[in-house]
Amino acid sequence: MKNNWWKFSLFLLIALVMIAGISPRIIDVPSSIWEFPLIPGLEDKAKIIFFHVPTAWLTVLAYLMAMFYGIRFLRKKDYYDDIKSVSAAALGLVFCLLATITGSVWAKFNWGSFWHWDPRETSIFILLLIYGAYFALRSALDNEEKRARLSAIYSIIAFLTTPFFIFIMPRIMIGLHPGSLEIDAASGQIAASANPVIEFKMAPNMRVVFFTSLFAFTILFFWMWNLAHRILKLEFNSQKEIS
Amino acid sequence: MLKKVLYIFYKDFSSELRTRYAINALIMFVIVAISVILFSIGSEKAPENIFAGMLWVVIFFSAMSGLSRTFVSEEERGTTLILSLIAHPTSILLGKLLFNLVLIFFINTIITILYYTLFNDFVIRNFEMFFYAFVLGNIGIAASSTIIAAIISKANAKGTLYPVLSFPVLLPLILMLIELTKFSVEGVQISEASAEFLVLISYDVIMITASIMVFDIIWRD
Repeated sequence: MKNNWWKFSLFLLIALVMIAGISPRIIDVPSSIWEFPLIPGLEDKAKIIFFHVPTAWLTVLAYLMAMFYGIRFLRKKDYYDDIKSVSAAALGLVFCLLATITGSVWAKFNWGSFWHWDPRETSIFILLLIYGAYFALRSALDNEEKRARLSAIYSIIAFLTTPFFIFIMPRIMIGLHPGSLEIDAASGQIAASANPVIEFKMAPNMRVVFFTSLFAFTILFFWMWNLAHRILKLEFNSQKEIS
Repeated sequence: MLKKVLYIFYKDFSSELRTRYAINALIMFVIVAISVILFSIGSEKAPENIFAGMLWVVIFFSAMSGLSRTFVSEEERGTTLILSLIAHPTSILLGKLLFNLVLIFFINTIITILYYTLFNDFVIRNFEMFFYAFVLGNIGIAASSTIIAAIISKANAKGTLYPVLSFPVLLPLILMLIELTKFSVEGVQISEASAEFLVLISYDVIMITASIMVFDIIWRD
């Protein structure tokens, strides 16, 4: 029971985020802390932001970690770094699927169909492909050293394309996510002002829940990653003893 | 350095001219791919934008079937060790890149000419824009394909893995090229597509520098 205090507090924090994210009512003019402002066209569906954005953020974070440990492997040739890199990538794949599914189901109810090829939808799809390609490459290399080395290099090469998807294309193409160019309904032309990606027009109480959620899910991710790479390390060592 | 690059290019080029293996296979591939599109469309009327996308589909797959040979054939013939004795890794990469550039320019010019003559609906109204996009796009495709080919040549399932690994890396480029081809079909001015061109140029620069940086690590067994 000792040293487990942070696990309990994380459980409480995520439970709190779920309650605080889902239960408040949407009111035109919020008067208390348990009421969110009404956003036209979103209503109750605006609450997805507390759960969908963390998954997308963790997808990118996991990828960065996989690359970081990949580079560290290239420098120090320590196989534990490779194991850490793989576990980050495996978790990233899980969160990538979650981001795709949650976003897609939400889009069905808000934008009318599961998939629109909006620039951000494209970018999460590409990340999914990159993760897939990464694991396909790993399975095609049987030599341990080669596998670690080449998959680390591939993660670097593939990472170079992600800024185009995450930061550039959603801003220069027409899309539905916040931050993309929008078609002005009145004139049929592209609206002059592209809105910022993170809308700080969010109500203060929503913002608190949002950042708490990001924080809690990030801690959860690190906990999962810690377990995953320790398990893999045990497997790695036991295989060594057998052979 | 430059001499070595040119030597390696010349070696690949002359061995290619002797067998004409890649060129023949590629030209047949292109003819097959374009005829499949021709048959599938038949006498239907398709919107112009479809053709802009289709052109790059053909180009992508022909690049995927031809560009991996430079490194894969070295692995198959077992000549990698001798090659690494002769030259510095960077000059090897640049020589191979040059060869792939020449190959893809040749093939893509053939594809575009065939495409343009066979599809009456594919009309380029702003030829200058299409030309710039075509040149920058070829450089980008050659750069990414060469470094992925180097990675793939060490793996087991070479042929199937190559498009799988290349596609996500090439996608920002392909998307921009499809956009630009649409613009040139619609006859948009170059000044209106400056963002797309900047993405293309930065992509090419990033890919070539990154390949040079990581190639030593791939090459050293």
